[in-house]
Amino acid sequence: MPNHSNEELVSQIESSNKRKYFLEKLSEKVFLFCSLLSVISLLLIIGFVFYKGTHPFFAEGYSFIEFIFGLDWVPSEDKFGILPMIVASIFATIGALIIGVPIGLFTAIFLAEIAPKSIARIISPAVQLLAGIPSVLYGVFGLAIIVPFLQNHLGLAKGQSLIAVILVLAIMMLPTIVTVAETSIRAVPKTYREGSLALGASPIGTIFKVVVPAAKSGIMAAIVLGLGRAIGETMAVILVAGNSLVLPTSLTDSIRPLTTNIALEMGYAFGTHQEMLFATGIVLFSFILILNLVLAKIGSKGGK
Amino acid sequence: MRKAKDYFFQSLLWLSAIITIATLCIIVGFIFYKGIHLINLDFIFGDYSPSGGGGILPMIVTTIYTIVISLLIATPIGILAAVYLQEYAKQGRLIRIIRFATESLTGIPSIIYGLFGAVFFVTVLKMGMSIIAASLTLTIIVLPVIIRTTEEALKTVPLTYREGSLALGTTKLQTLYKVILPSAMPGILSGIILSIGRIVGESAAIFLTAGTVAAMPENIFSSARTLTVHSFLVTQEAGDIELAAAVGIVLIVIILILNLSATFISKKLNKADY
Amino acid sequence: MNTTKMDRNKGNEQQIQNKISVNDLNLFYGEKQALFSISIDIREKGVTALIGPSGCGKSTFLRTLNRMNDLIDGVKISGDIVIDNENIYRSNDVIKLRTKVGMVFQKPNLFPMSIYDNVAYGPRMQGIKSKKVLNQLVEDSLKSAAIWDEVKDRLKSSALGLSGGQQQRVCIARAIAMKPEVILMDEPTSALDPISTLKVEELIANMKKDYTIVIVTHNMQQAARVSDKTAFFLNGEIIEYANTETIFSMPKDQRTEDYVTGRFG
Ligand SMILES: Nc1ncnc2c1ncn2[C@@H]1O[C@H](COP(=O)(O)OP(=O)(O)O)[C@@H](O)[C@H]1O
Ligand SMILES: [Mg+2]
Repeated sequence: MPNHSNEELVSQIESSNKRKYFLEKLSEKVFLFCSLLSVISLLLIIGFVFYKGTHPFFAEGYSFIEFIFGLDWVPSEDKFGILPMIVASIFATIGALIIGVPIGLFTAIFLAEIAPKSIARIISPAVQLLAGIPSVLYGVFGLAIIVPFLQNHLGLAKGQSLIAVILVLAIMMLPTIVTVAETSIRAVPKTYREGSLALGASPIGTIFKVVVPAAKSGIMAAIVLGLGRAIGETMAVILVAGNSLVLPTSLTDSIRPLTTNIALEMGYAFGTHQEMLFATGIVLFSFILILNLVLAKIGSKGGK
Repeated sequence: MRKAKDYFFQSLLWLSAIITIATLCIIVGFIFYKGIHLINLDFIFGDYSPSGGGGILPMIVTTIYTIVISLLIATPIGILAAVYLQEYAKQGRLIRIIRFATESLTGIPSIIYGLFGAVFFVTVLKMGMSIIAASLTLTIIVLPVIIRTTEEALKTVPLTYREGSLALGTTKLQTLYKVILPSAMPGILSGIILSIGRIVGESAAIFLTAGTVAAMPENIFSSARTLTVHSFLVTQEAGDIELAAAVGIVLIVIILILNLSATFISKKLNKADY
Repeated sequence: MNTTKMDRNKGNEQQIQNKISVNDLNLFYGEKQALFSISIDIREKGVTALIGPSGCGKSTFLRTLNRMNDLIDGVKISGDIVIDNENIYRSNDVIKLRTKVGMVFQKPNLFPMSIYDNVAYGPRMQGIKSKKVLNQLVEDSLKSAAIWDEVKDRLKSSALGLSGGQQQRVCIARAIAMKPEVILMDEPTSALDPISTLKVEELIANMKKDYTIVIVTHNMQQAARVSDKTAFFLNGEIIEYANTETIFSMPKDQRTEDYVTGRFG
């Protein structure tokens, strides 16, 4: 066996190993630091938002109860009540869920189970594309088409309303829900269907009794993602909400959800006013947390 | 009876699909119908003029700035963080905390990021409303996206590659950059493309941190508006739906190109793996 | 022919018989003990086969010899493994250990690179940059692995385009390129067809004059064909260790006999 470079190899190995172990240790530290940056970011964000947002209540004597249940938001008069916005956010989100979730899920089922392959192959990527387009464009569409439509056909003085927000959010959720739910329905093994069909169940019965329950966790994820998109949406909503500060009592009322309140006023707010916008942010935060918990509960119940 | 029920559900599925597809077609159709006549080279490469009729070059430049800066920061950090989580970390409390933080960041709505950026970067770090403040805010927004997709990509690299390399007397670091990262590259690239989409589509967080100045940014410390924010502002301030739709077309085309390249890359990935 | 080994052994006038000495080795995966008080001396230059029913700890033992078990969380080891008078779990230079103790895996695990790059991978990682040196090393290694003729015209094409048997021989070439002294093989032919298996066995028979080979095999005939000594593992223990002929013709332990005659396992 030829023996070239053997000495070279051995000597090089021994001299360079120390450096390698050093680099090995160093790089692990660097990688760890990078992964800690997301923890640091989260702490910074939560810290800032909560520090700023709780300051008025702890240090300036504002009442948290009055903040949550107050009906008036007049920063110039030192009145900071966000109940109308909380109600608006809840109504808008629930309304969007009621419309968007069933339509989205049924569409996903259709694309995964019923649609001819050639059609699904065109539509699925198109829907996926729409899940990616900026949500502002949905708002532009809402303002240009939905708002005038409501104005003319419902005889409203102003088409910007709770129902307009609900429609825009529901439409906006659709592509997200369809894409995620479709993927999880497609992932259900063929054998499930065959088993059910072999027992004499109809194809449609099989879909609803076997396939959908099997895809449950993916479907829940789809709803959570769609919801996340709806609840956090700000700019599209500004365009169609009307932004009035009244407690909404009907679908045709103009509303101002929590998110839009922050975006509309952050530009010029300072002092307590600005802090109250952070407090609004905290409420939004909690709102999302609660909704996710509720959905997780529903999801785990449905599984039994 | 069962027939009738089946028929009912079948119709429901068809109806839903038709509603979804029709709605989405109408939206895209509407945007193109309203905006297409404004699209030409002058529009895309022309400077903005406040009196109307100008182009959107400043917004395109601003959008590119935000993409480049935030990815320049988020990509290396995100990849290395994912590498730590997948390749180095032992299961334990620290890992659970890091995972929890990353997931939580994904769930925070962009308006909250905007609030944070507007105080932390704009005010505390004295960057002012600027491209850099917006880009740093966006960095945090896309960081979890890059971490997650990179982790997924790393998971697809077979354990046998790692063993094969380490058994040859290489270090983990060498194995990482010679074998693991190259194999995971297509997945990582799709994550980056996904992030670009997220940045391009973002509005609230940028609105609160970059401001609304409609002019060519002089540098990254200038206040400026991205395409998406522009589309919002011309609608809100001037009710100029046609202009907003024209900007919308540009945005849709960008997203389309991003999607196509992601598909292309994942196809390549499948081929390379055989 | 074999100046490599002679060089390394100079100064040791009386031939070292044992390359590897294992003494009272215990290994735990977390709480679960997988190896029980293993003691075995493995001779230099020759083939030692490890046989036994699956799950009895053959792979686990093999992987202690180049510390591949270090990669697994929660593995605890006690006892001594001495290779060339060096306790490998005392010295912390695993890079050096693994350049000296190469490994071939159950399934061919070439990287998604060209054949050339696969074989040159290890030496390059050790800092060898010279094209000439690398070319020669790649050629020698592929020749030693009896695959040179089959791949010499396609060195730059993807290694993953080769057949399974060819890939496994390139894996062996990749290990040889590091100029190891010991080569560990974990069921190297279990994923191969009979003809490829035969080729690899021939190769092993040729390699044993240069290398200390430890091979895990499921296949009794293979152990009988290629090895000089055989260790029979059962439930994490070595039941019997002797010359291969002895193990197969007159085993001392009833369990060994039952196993080699196919009565269980
Ligand atoms: N990574 C691991 N974690 C926990 N237990 C393991 C691991 N690898 C192997 N084992 C266990 O150790 C025992 C020996 O396994 P192994 O060495 O692979 O056996 P063999 O190669 O002889 O088939 C088996 O019971 C197996 O379940
Ligand atoms: Mg084994």
